[in-house]
Amino acid sequence: MTAPPRGRLLAAVLLAGLLWLVAYPLILVLLEGLRDPSGWTLRYVRLFFERPTEWRALWGSLWTSVASVVLAGAIGIPLAFLFARFDLPGGRVLGGLVALPAVLPPLVGVLAFLFLYGETGFVSLLVQRVLGLADPPWRLQGAGAILLVHAYSMYVYFYLFLRAALQSLDASLYEAAASLGAGRWRTLRRVVLPQLYPALGGAALLTFMTALASFSAPYIFGGGFRVMPTQIVATRLNGDDRLAMVETISLTLVALVALWVFRGARPREGAAGGRKGAGPARRSVRSRPLRVGLAVLGWGLAGVLLLPHLTLLLVSFVPLGTWTTEPVPPAYTLRNYVTLIQDPVRIRPLLNSLWLATLATAAAVAIALAAALLSVRGRVRGARLIETLLALPWAVPGTVFAIALATAFSVRAPWAGRVILVGTLWILPLAYLVRNLPITSRAILAGVRALDPSLDEAAATLGAGRSRTLRRITLPLLRPALLAGASLAFVTAFGDFVTSIMLYTYDTRPISLEILSSLRQADVGVAAAYGVVLMLVSAAVFAIGAERGGGG
Amino acid sequence: MSAFLRLEGLVKRFDGIVAVDHVSLAIERGEMLALLGPSGSGKTTTLRLLAGFETPDEGRVLVEGEDVTGVTPVSRRFGMVFQHYALFPHLDVRANVAFGLESLGVRGPDLDRRVDRALTLVDLEGFGGRRIGQLSGGQQQRVALARALAPEPRVLLLDEPLSNLDPTLRERTRREIRDVIRRVGITTVLVTHEQDEAFELGDRVAVMRAGRLEQVGTPDELYGAPANLFVGGFVGRSSTADVTVLGPSARGVRITLDGVEWEVETADHPLPAPGRALMLVRPEALRITPLDLGAVPATITARRFVGPSAIYTARTDGGAILEVAAPPRAVPAGARVGLMPSRRVGGGIHLFPPAQP
Repeated sequence: MTAPPRGRLLAAVLLAGLLWLVAYPLILVLLEGLRDPSGWTLRYVRLFFERPTEWRALWGSLWTSVASVVLAGAIGIPLAFLFARFDLPGGRVLGGLVALPAVLPPLVGVLAFLFLYGETGFVSLLVQRVLGLADPPWRLQGAGAILLVHAYSMYVYFYLFLRAALQSLDASLYEAAASLGAGRWRTLRRVVLPQLYPALGGAALLTFMTALASFSAPYIFGGGFRVMPTQIVATRLNGDDRLAMVETISLTLVALVALWVFRGARPREGAAGGRKGAGPARRSVRSRPLRVGLAVLGWGLAGVLLLPHLTLLLVSFVPLGTWTTEPVPPAYTLRNYVTLIQDPVRIRPLLNSLWLATLATAAAVAIALAAALLSVRGRVRGARLIETLLALPWAVPGTVFAIALATAFSVRAPWAGRVILVGTLWILPLAYLVRNLPITSRAILAGVRALDPSLDEAAATLGAGRSRTLRRITLPLLRPALLAGASLAFVTAFGDFVTSIMLYTYDTRPISLEILSSLRQADVGVAAAYGVVLMLVSAAVFAIGAERGGGG
Repeated sequence: MSAFLRLEGLVKRFDGIVAVDHVSLAIERGEMLALLGPSGSGKTTTLRLLAGFETPDEGRVLVEGEDVTGVTPVSRRFGMVFQHYALFPHLDVRANVAFGLESLGVRGPDLDRRVDRALTLVDLEGFGGRRIGQLSGGQQQRVALARALAPEPRVLLLDEPLSNLDPTLRERTRREIRDVIRRVGITTVLVTHEQDEAFELGDRVAVMRAGRLEQVGTPDELYGAPANLFVGGFVGRSSTADVTVLGPSARGVRITLDGVEWEVETADHPLPAPGRALMLVRPEALRITPLDLGAVPATITARRFVGPSAIYTARTDGGAILEVAAPPRAVPAGARVGLMPSRRVGGGIHLFPPAQP
């Protein structure tokens, strides 16, 4: 069955739309950085090279990203081995808790760290009191603070990827190695590790790209320490739009180099292929003192990992202006939540984020589904290009896309495919949509690929036409993939800060921006309440996606 | 024109490679035809051309004289049982079987009645509420059959219907499938690479190789009178040896093997011309004798037990490897013996031109 004319038409529309939304803005940024109103120029490139601050920001981005990979790996890898290989008391619950940083959107995580380890944070004050210091024991600022947040939020990638890989290892491999006389270390080095390289590479790449694109932590904690994403925003605030574009290009180049270095180590979600044989059994720890020790260690660790969530919850009950120097807030109230719902100005950002994320998610799922069906089933020409365009935003930090969209859609030139969207309601959902395309389409493409094509053929021989087959067979079977893709997209869009800060208008201000302004007004209770809402919605949506996606 | 289902000169190429090469077949109403061949022989592509999943580059498919070549699978009304069954995993057994009937607009009590009838046919009454994942392989197979038969298609197509089952289950399921199809009396085309399957299920068997039909006939005809070396070798157990044809004799042909003259009965037409030839011989067409005159001297190299008799592998002094059927304890391995054509079995020896690949 070759593509019917309708399929080819749809593919053409899809391709044109993606070229316009994904590729065109990036190309415009590249060109605009090399031009000014009088024509082509290398002035801004020269400016970039001449200013040490630019170099420092780029270098800062690079080394903090590498350091984030190292730190996240140092935490995540041992944890994965611990939970995948040993039967710990309460291990199942702990194994789940360890993944919890994932439900904190970046800005919310930063907020929680501020309440915990900031100058007046719980932990800082506690240490100060215990040691009898006059000043806070540390300042949560600069590269160290950024790395702390990165390590906390990104070790989850290593943990989840590696645990999945360890669990899908065939137990008979261990047995085969043992029967060939290999000791435990030789087995680990020669048999186990080589099979884990893809997972490790995937986690390292994902961590590096996330750290490179990270904006919230450097923005709040950076102080004088600049990384490229914050530098870009600062340059733009100064009005040096074209210099910002050159900076954008430099950041994109770093991202592309990283992708090239890690080529072959594509992050894979879940276990796509069915595993053969049974997974290795968890070893139970027999020695009683060791068991107790491990249990204490494990629950202590879980406590540390959950501190940010609990802190957020606690602070969300603090009334405005009551908490100053006390180690623990003196008064608690539900008023922050009531305000959130009753005050029309306060509820607006919630509703905004809700409809923005819903719209962007629906559009991303629809586009990804159409593309996946065309590409896998339709045998349409251009399918490869469509898939590439869908994956492209993943390679580009969020700041870059925000700049690209802001550049492309702030000019009215219909003949060049440019309309004014900046400052309208539409630019944010569009930006969220573009950013969500890679994760959504990866989940849905995997789902469509896993479908047995003979199911379609069976439906055809049973007299079902295209629409009935889609409605009764394809869509119900794709439900897990659709839900997984949608939940990832929704959570990302709902908590987005990096693109929002550059593109929002007052009417579309999302939760993250409202958190920022509450924080500036020292209204920590409301900021935390927003954070809790973000956290709970993210967790709930993740749970829905995982439950439907994981089962069966 | 008389045949119910006709394939006329079907040709299908994929990227210039010919998968199906001028295949023509005529299948009578109610007949079961088995397409038999090794993998890559084009049998599955032929079936997919029949189902309408592929469009032939040349040729036509006719049902009762009506040209259905351009008709989509959706409106062709051919039922199909897929190799991996392709049961809809999110629907229960009843909904799977009802699916095709619903396409025809059957609703209400009529639908229930016909679904029940289809389930009864395959001996699965009471299984309607089961989920597909709860069924054994054999049960899934029967659901697939019931689902294909429920809308009363004009033709039933089966793609390797037993390849997914345990060997122990296969034989029983084979009989069940045959009985159901016989009871329904539907015209059936099935694809298989297993000769046993083709011989038990097919009224006639079409042997394919490299996209071409090599021979079409009843199992008896294929076994007793293979059209060429490929069919002879593919169907049933056999071994080959280079011989020289001397000429016709009273009861058949005179040949020499390793310089020893044999007179063999053969049903081959036309009789092979004198000169070098390739002999294809069934194990039961040879017998083990003492090293007498007229026997080809050989050494027994291996012995395998196959039911009541054993198959001996013998290596003639001239180097030919031949398989011979004999009672299990006739001779030990390593014994020096003579080989002769068996007089009790007519046929079983076929002569083909030597150059044939």
